Amino acid sequence: MGRYLLRRTFVLALSLIAAGLVLFVLLRLLPGDPSAALLSVGADEAQIAAAREQVGSDLPIWMQLGKFLSDLARFDLGKSFVSGAPVLPEIMARLSVTLPLTVASFLLAILIAVPLGIISALRADRWYGGLLSAVSQLGIAVPVFWIGILLIWIVAVKFRLLPASGFPMKGWEDAAGAFRALILPVVTIALVMLASLMRYVRSATFDVLGADYLRNARALGASFPQALIRHGIRNGAVPVISILGIELASTLLGAVVVERVFALPGLGSMLLLGIQQRDYPTVQGVLLVSTLMVLLIGFLADVIQRVIDPRLRETVTGR
Amino acid sequence: MLKTRFAAQIFGLASAALLSAGAALAADPGAVIRVGSLYEPQNLDNTAGAGQGINEAFNDNVYEALFRLNDDGSVTPVLAEKHDVSADGLAHTFTLKSGVTFHSGEPLTATDVKYSIERVTAETSKSSRKKSLASIDSIETPDDATVVIKLKSKSISLPYNLSYVWVVNDAAGDITGKEDGTGPYKLADWKRGSALSLEAFDAYWGEKPANAGAMFSYFTEAAALNNALLTDAVDVITSVQSPDALAQFEDTSAFKISEGKSTTKQIMAYNDRVAPFDNVKVRKALARAVDKKMLLEAIWGDRGMVLGSFVPPTDAWYEDLTSVDAYDPESAKALLAEAGFADGFTFTLETPNYDPHPITAEFLKAELAKVGVTVNIHVITANEWYTKVYQAKDFQATLQEHVNHRDVVFYGNPDFYWGYNNPQVTELVAAAEASDTDAQQADKLREANRIITEEAASNWLFLYPQIVVSNTKTTGYPLNGLNAQFFLRGITKE
Repeated sequence: MGRYLLRRTFVLALSLIAAGLVLFVLLRLLPGDPSAALLSVGADEAQIAAAREQVGSDLPIWMQLGKFLSDLARFDLGKSFVSGAPVLPEIMARLSVTLPLTVASFLLAILIAVPLGIISALRADRWYGGLLSAVSQLGIAVPVFWIGILLIWIVAVKFRLLPASGFPMKGWEDAAGAFRALILPVVTIALVMLASLMRYVRSATFDVLGADYLRNARALGASFPQALIRHGIRNGAVPVISILGIELASTLLGAVVVERVFALPGLGSMLLLGIQQRDYPTVQGVLLVSTLMVLLIGFLADVIQRVIDPRLRETVTGR
Repeated sequence: MLKTRFAAQIFGLASAALLSAGAALAADPGAVIRVGSLYEPQNLDNTAGAGQGINEAFNDNVYEALFRLNDDGSVTPVLAEKHDVSADGLAHTFTLKSGVTFHSGEPLTATDVKYSIERVTAETSKSSRKKSLASIDSIETPDDATVVIKLKSKSISLPYNLSYVWVVNDAAGDITGKEDGTGPYKLADWKRGSALSLEAFDAYWGEKPANAGAMFSYFTEAAALNNALLTDAVDVITSVQSPDALAQFEDTSAFKISEGKSTTKQIMAYNDRVAPFDNVKVRKALARAVDKKMLLEAIWGDRGMVLGSFVPPTDAWYEDLTSVDAYDPESAKALLAEAGFADGFTFTLETPNYDPHPITAEFLKAELAKVGVTVNIHVITANEWYTKVYQAKDFQATLQEHVNHRDVVFYGNPDFYWGYNNPQVTELVAAAEASDTDAQQADKLREANRIITEEAASNWLFLYPQIVVSNTKTTGYPLNGLNAQFFLRGITKE
């Protein structure tokens, strides 16, 4: 396991560097000069030159790349072209919105999807099993922003139960306000996520139900619930966990849309603004941090799978 | 960035509104005015590329200037007690108001004013106003209360241009993240990405504001902004982006929709240097071929107005010139034939990728097709526009919105991106600046505007409406919003 972890960490670091390079190149393929973000109609040649110097677009691209990489090695994501503020602290501040949003949605989705998915598989022949399956199919088809807008309209605008958008200025110091601000976005993401999650849990349960080990456990005298809990869930969890990893990662990225709909000052809205303003350090910083998190999630999912399933561990040591 | 700077804005405030608002019944002097806006400042320094949002939040609220550009377009003294001009018009002597202190507690002195002006004209300044202060030769401070500005050439617009120059404490240092102004409000808190709050400054030298402070909440999505007003999370929203959104606020017992005069003009600018747009007849033909009323209606319903030229009604040299090249496709065809384009021609229209440009481009394409002119729509980002059109001047025609007040003077600059070059206009614009009186300046610029209109220098499509929506409890906010300003001091809430 130790060697495995070491190797995985090395791959993770390499992936991150590769992602950084791709980002750097892609951003610079875009037409236009980033210094324009700082200027307006009426700017003279001297102002244009000064702005280009400030954002570094006057340097040849290989020098820009060199600076980017050497800064990165020191965990310095640079300063925003537009605001002049360092990017990393800003990302950390934004994560205080995005992380709770993502994690809470994820947990809520799991809490609902796992039992419902199992029930819809066990009771596929009953009317509610079929209904659950149909509803989850619908949930997959509906776009997340539409659910967000609908929830805002019903819960916030019509019934005034929760705020329509925004996040308290004091952040988590105003815990009640922050909590209320996150309820609708969390429900929005969770609803969309649990729809697809339920379908995975359902099909994993079907696989388990037809498995030999379950039949054998029953034959050895275990009751159906005993057999399902002792053997079924553990076996069914392995594919579900890799799906969960992917889902968590996509939720993190999907927060862009939800944060925009709910006007939340999170990582997603920072990324969007950075793109609009061609603020390279901001875009690079946010994408690198998100990439890191996605890679870490994949890493964790792998490790957990190994812990749950000894067969995966053996494969590695066998090599 | 370009989009935010050019986008339609709302705000401003008449001094009259400022005075009358204070007298409103049942107004709560302890109220905090909650403002919803789409224009988040990128930093807190208006010379460091902060965007129009900082003018909205800070102009005349946190920072004052020697003069103020009022909501009706007039300019009145604020921190300048007295303004004397020498006989040759080259030396302006300003006596400062006494008893003015910065929020840090330091008194206002002449060196602060000198420092503040030099901040804008400095090498590193990104202020779009830098050029307008280029006539300044030197600034002297004979004593603490006197500032003498020596000019290279006469400048009637000096007080107007100084209205854009925040007076900042010379000891403040970097103000991208903090402030030290003399205004009736000081910065209480700023949370990047979400909100900025101001509170009344107790030691303010002038009359106390009619409220206790303000909270600006920033949105990136117009729908979220509108919802904030619908759910009473804000009291007033400073920009409505489309007439469709207004239907939500039709309930007059809860909401109030106000329309002011903006300075945001949507235009199709030709590159007047290149054929066929170097030909006045072609330009006039294209001006006549477009039914601008219909375009405006399609985009803004019954709001906004068709100008017929580049000058909006809040400029003193405005006049109605819609009849010069009124909609007349038949005469457009005749003019094209005279110019040697009886069979029409094809050109590429550089179209910024954000509203309303793509819609306008489609409309123009359909209209011009009727007179035999083919439009190739080329969609570009704001950055590309800046690099390709504004800097490299590599284009045939483009759509753009120009937000600035008093910007007809751009036609006096042959190096400007649209390349309109008429020495007579250049001379008139220069002469206007060297005028002795406001009336003389207005006459010269009116004449310049008539010439560019007669020559159809660009195709001026329409003037955006300036729409502010608030709940009915909130009154006294500015309607025209010149220079994106949103004066807070007169706003009251029941």
